[in-house]
Amino acid sequence: MSLVKCTLKELQDRFTRGDVSAVEIVRAYFLRISVVESKVKAFITLNDKETMLSQAEALDHALSAWRKTEPMMAMPIAVKDNICTEGLPTTCGSRILGGFVPPYSATVVDALRSQQYFLIGKTNLDEFGMGSSTEYSAFGASRNPWKLSHVPGGSSGGSAAAVAADECVAALGTDTGGSIRQPAACCGVVGLKPTYGRVSRYGLIAFASSLDQIGPITKDVMDAALMLNVLAGHDPRDSTSADKPVPDFTRVFKKKDVKKLKIGVPLEFFAEGLDEEVYDAVGEALAVLEELGGTIEEVSLPHTGVAVATYYIVATAEASSNLARYDGVKYGFRAKESPDLLEMYRLTRQEGFGPEVKRRIMLGTYALSSGYYDAYYAKAQAVRTLIRQDFDRVFQDVDLLVTPVMPTPAFQLGEKIEDPLQMYLSDLYTISASLAGLPAISLPCGYSRKGLPIGMQILGRPFEEDVVLRAARAYELATDWRKKRPLIR
Amino acid sequence: MSIEISQVEHVAELARLQLSREELERLSTQLSRILTYMEELNAVDTAGIPGTTSVVAGDANVLREDEVQPSLSPGQALRNAPEAVDGLFHVPQIISDR
Repeated sequence: MSLVKCTLKELQDRFTRGDVSAVEIVRAYFLRISVVESKVKAFITLNDKETMLSQAEALDHALSAWRKTEPMMAMPIAVKDNICTEGLPTTCGSRILGGFVPPYSATVVDALRSQQYFLIGKTNLDEFGMGSSTEYSAFGASRNPWKLSHVPGGSSGGSAAAVAADECVAALGTDTGGSIRQPAACCGVVGLKPTYGRVSRYGLIAFASSLDQIGPITKDVMDAALMLNVLAGHDPRDSTSADKPVPDFTRVFKKKDVKKLKIGVPLEFFAEGLDEEVYDAVGEALAVLEELGGTIEEVSLPHTGVAVATYYIVATAEASSNLARYDGVKYGFRAKESPDLLEMYRLTRQEGFGPEVKRRIMLGTYALSSGYYDAYYAKAQAVRTLIRQDFDRVFQDVDLLVTPVMPTPAFQLGEKIEDPLQMYLSDLYTISASLAGLPAISLPCGYSRKGLPIGMQILGRPFEEDVVLRAARAYELATDWRKKRPLIR
Repeated sequence: MSIEISQVEHVAELARLQLSREELERLSTQLSRILTYMEELNAVDTAGIPGTTSVVAGDANVLREDEVQPSLSPGQALRNAPEAVDGLFHVPQIISDR
């Protein structure tokens, strides 16, 4: 089997056994990238091939004397370009960070680097993570490897496309309202948003701090567990990271069934607006979970209908505050020829931000402004409490929830770009878990007649990624979806 | 919900964005539409419901001892600056000399 087709687990095993060298891995992935990247456009910055080859040679040389490997050693991993990587440009898909080279790395990047992973490149995203298609990237849109005329989803569309197109063995994404899960569903790969606080956000460039979370995008569920093992854990540099024990997430797969698990199906997620093919695919997936021993029952999350409105107030309010730091003083882009300081701020931000980021800054500033704060921001925060209480209530009864990831398969490039509200509504099914801070995984559960992947979402209680992963893995092993690969043309 | 252009201009001033006339007009239409959609929140009874600011359990501040720890050198901190002079960030004139 071609090296680039391997899952992370398979590549780790081959490398650990000495069947393949680090140099062979780097060569194989750069060859693959040279063939497909011009079509997929997953990356904003690729790492330098010669630098990586010399790193790989050094690694192979050291290992020939003493073969002791770490799980991520020599694994070619892509990192979303809103996660800081020391020495490699980090753009957030925005002009405003033009020329910015981080002086430090995110905690998650340090964790991978301590195991001598290979950072293959930085992947494309909607500017600052604000979007569902990568079309809002200042560097142009990435393409869906299954159908190049379609979006790869977003905002972590570059990471999902790179994994689906075998340009890396796994990738890091970030999820604020669905930005890991939705592109994973669009591209037929696995995306895991951990519980808020499970993974350090230090070095993740903030969009909405009460929602942002880093997680893996991988070829299968086993790989997501392997990645989470490296990413998870308390970090004194992120005061919201949880000081909780981290289990070995690969050990949860010892049990290969979902017996005794109660799985809730929230009625509100299967209502009007849901594409028939998606409805059928998720319905069939539920039947598989039932055959595997799970108990399925209908539940209700009554505030689902207002989740999108809640999210787009909370997230834009936080964004308007977080993005105030881009003022042309400390890093990145500065508008030329500004007569005074205030003018320099205004022009820098005007020229540096794209249309969607400006729209969200405006919306968030409005929601926080005097006279509107209570009606919008305070109201949305209270509704957020009700959304969380809905989940608390159903999770007293069921262990997991199963839903679609998005209302339709991937849409066409350009289809929604002129209609921001339609774009926001495509986040309907992923937003609730973000507002409640819950762990949620997206994995393939079928294909549309047009050949586009369909994803299902499994949500769990806070810090029960193990239960989510176990059910996802059991489903994955009972079906063959993960073996289907795109033909890129 | 309808947002007048003058309101959009006011919010743009708060957000330090020098929007063009065309952008002001487009945002007036788009924000009106989005805010109309958000009015569905008004139908939700939130009397007596506390707001969620964070999903992290416990609202206690996270503190650490005030000890000197390694940090960026002045050189590293200035390396990304659009303009730096004599170890300082350089910006256009702030106070008028008139």
